[in-house]
Amino acid sequence: MKSLVIIEHDGKNIKQTSLSTITAAEQISKDVEVLVLGSNISGVLENLKKTDIISKVNYCDEDFLKHQIAENLSEVIISFLKDKEFTHILLPSSTFGKNLGPKIATILDVQQISDIIEIFDHETFARPIYAGNAISKVKSKDSLKVITVRPTCFEPCAQNSNVSDEKFEVSSNQSKSVEFVTYDQSESDRPELTSAKIVISGGRGMQNGENFKLLEGIADKLGAAMGASRAAVDAGFVPNDWQVGQTGKIVAPDLYIAVGISGAIQHIAGIKDSKFIACINKDEEAPIFNFSDYGLVGDLFEILPKLENELN
Amino acid sequence: MKALVCVKRVIDYNVKIRVKSDKTGVETDNVKMSMNPFDEIAVEEAVRLKENGLVSEIVILSIGQDSSQETIRTGLAMGADRGILVKVDDILLEPLGVGKIIKEVCEKENPEMIIMGKQAIDDDCNQTGQIVATLTNYPQATFASELKKNEDGTLNVTREVDGGLETIKVKIPCVVTTDLRLNEPRYASLPNIMKAKQKKIETIESKDLNLDISPRLEVLEVNDPPERKAGIKVPDVSNLVEKLKNEAKVI
Repeated sequence: MKSLVIIEHDGKNIKQTSLSTITAAEQISKDVEVLVLGSNISGVLENLKKTDIISKVNYCDEDFLKHQIAENLSEVIISFLKDKEFTHILLPSSTFGKNLGPKIATILDVQQISDIIEIFDHETFARPIYAGNAISKVKSKDSLKVITVRPTCFEPCAQNSNVSDEKFEVSSNQSKSVEFVTYDQSESDRPELTSAKIVISGGRGMQNGENFKLLEGIADKLGAAMGASRAAVDAGFVPNDWQVGQTGKIVAPDLYIAVGISGAIQHIAGIKDSKFIACINKDEEAPIFNFSDYGLVGDLFEILPKLENELN
Repeated sequence: MKALVCVKRVIDYNVKIRVKSDKTGVETDNVKMSMNPFDEIAVEEAVRLKENGLVSEIVILSIGQDSSQETIRTGLAMGADRGILVKVDDILLEPLGVGKIIKEVCEKENPEMIIMGKQAIDDDCNQTGQIVATLTNYPQATFASELKKNEDGTLNVTREVDGGLETIKVKIPCVVTTDLRLNEPRYASLPNIMKAKQKKIETIESKDLNLDISPRLEVLEVNDPPERKAGIKVPDVSNLVEKLKNEAKVI
């Protein structure tokens, strides 16, 4: 058995998600290689070659791979796989891997196994369904397995090695039906909601959008991302990309702080994998207390300024 | 431009699901079912494009049992023109099989835009749009938060990716999968619900399509997730901060 991990990077650095995926790959087979695709990726390569576990870095450095268009990447990956004997192909289940993985699987006519959180053996995996409200244990019958890995469930592997690399030359062309236009990085200095170590969210109890400022100071002090419940989004307090929950973003930070959130089923579904949950709510009967490690009953408008102070 | 909107019938997002006691799956008997919320956004987008004159006809496709007719009707009541139900009775369908069926329907219908939710909230696979794009060889624009038609007929699609927004330009025909920010779906009005009852739903038997849609994954068991126990109530802010610092060690 031999695994190939497709590396996610931003053109300069590899992403932590890739290191977690390599850790997962090692649990399937000790023999792990990686493939990285991009344009002018010498920095990425330098960094990648330090990675433990892997035996070889395969790379393809071409202008048309710069913007990581799935149509272009999948073409190259498929031609790379020709005459090679990989049994498992793994990607992180980030938007990068979610976009690309099913394309590779489909070309190979296999059923991708999405977002695995646990590995039992080379063909048996656990994956969350219903936003983590149930865990499905599945066995794949495909001879080659394409898998996306939930990065928060596997520790990133260390980087104390010196691995050899090999360039892969391609003749394939750029897709004519899709082209890159722009990328707008989120302006916020705060971390991404889905990868932040700490998330603080407000709910209907915040009463209006203006009051979310009360959370900002705390978020700044903790280096936290900011989120909201569906009720707060539906009420127009904050934009809907802030929404945490089953139909919004699924988060699994070390600490999730729920402020003025009652704890509707669909919100809980999006936060229940957090290591610790703290909540602030004036209604001590609110369901959120049943899911919180630390609950504080009281008026959030009094508590939040105190909390910000206390964090000094 | 003809749009094909693919919709899935799932357990309503407000229902607390229950794992069956024999661990074979999740209880669906006597449970409220609805259209997958992300697919609802896809229907809404198609209807808006039609209202703006960019789409001429909207066909709703669902794959499932007879009960999925109801889900198709929801889409028709929102403003779609007609429906197609591909009936599958006994087989547990996986995204690859679903993708193959959608591709067959595309060959018959020749839509210029295939649009669906980025994922279904039951199996959470996030694959079908990408699979359909690959099988049809159409470009894919996944996780869309904005669609704009260019003068040359191409579409600019803004995608919600980790860390920001990416815009790509795709030629039609194309596959679009929808994310939350794209729009807020409307509620169907009563007159439109009544009108939808007159709209046509064609039924196709999946076995007549002669496709290999057999499952590739075997579900060994479905379990409840590890339970979260209720913790403690803390008396005040200082105590909360103290616990987070020294007990949980997370700040």
